[in-house]
Amino acid sequence: MPPAAPRSGDAIFASVERVNAELFTLTYGAIVRQLLTDLEEVEEVNKQLDQMGYNIGIRLIDEFLAKSNVSRCVDFKETAEMIAKVGFKMFLGVTASVMNWDADGTCCSIVLEDNPLVDFVELPDTCQGLYYCNILSGVIRGALEMVAMKTEVTWIRDMLRGDDAYELQVKLLKQVPEEYPYKDDE
Amino acid sequence: MDTNDSLRVASLWHSMHAISQQLSPTTGCSEIELLEADTFDLHIFQSLTGTKFFVVCEPGTQHMEALLKVVYELYTDYVLNNPFYETKMPIRCELFDINLTQAIQKDRVALLGR
Repeated sequence: MPPAAPRSGDAIFASVERVNAELFTLTYGAIVRQLLTDLEEVEEVNKQLDQMGYNIGIRLIDEFLAKSNVSRCVDFKETAEMIAKVGFKMFLGVTASVMNWDADGTCCSIVLEDNPLVDFVELPDTCQGLYYCNILSGVIRGALEMVAMKTEVTWIRDMLRGDDAYELQVKLLKQVPEEYPYKDDE
Repeated sequence: MDTNDSLRVASLWHSMHAISQQLSPTTGCSEIELLEADTFDLHIFQSLTGTKFFVVCEPGTQHMEALLKVVYELYTDYVLNNPFYETKMPIRCELFDINLTQAIQKDRVALLGR
């Protein structure tokens, strides 16, 4: 039986059950507000959002792989394209694009055209250091770690801080293939 | 098979899988997909995250790869999405069990026509 072809982000997005966008935005907003109340420090909230995103990412990757039928990516460029074109489309319904590749092909930017997490949001002066969507950087980091890539994901541009777009920088630190604890010389 | 038997097969298989990767005579070969014995067949599916799914069936049963893919989807939907499931622990998710039984029943009907 020939293997099934990989599915496009649009096709998968159309086939999964969806939730009201406002409910999603409000729920995320409630989480961030609660974290700010509990932790008080903006840096702590950033870290916590990243950790939450990481915990989501390590599980989300299997759902992504199961639903999209993709085969192993040949290089990091393909991985970044997968995240932008299939991943973001499938889970958030937004299209993203990849740009600003560096010379070795280990660092790129993913630019989001649209971001459902931030509808109706304005950052007050007391929270200027907050990366409101930091959960997304955690999700990408967690997901890639489960497929043997250690990455660093940071925000370059954030519209809530006055920039003109949402830009995430994804940098591949190293590939960590699964190691079996068997030593040859024992 | 009870839980202990499943754990025994799984851990045995994990080691065999590691050894087979080193032993493979053809290059570019990544894993065992099928073990054929006299009384049973063992099909394995490994996801890109390293999670392995295997099914033991009657010799010659068809479409087990498709079944394993379905099981993978059920796993991501009912096990991973369950916030109370701890990764790498034995799966005790009722919804997963129910849907898994249904998927196998459907498969049986499709295969055997009854």
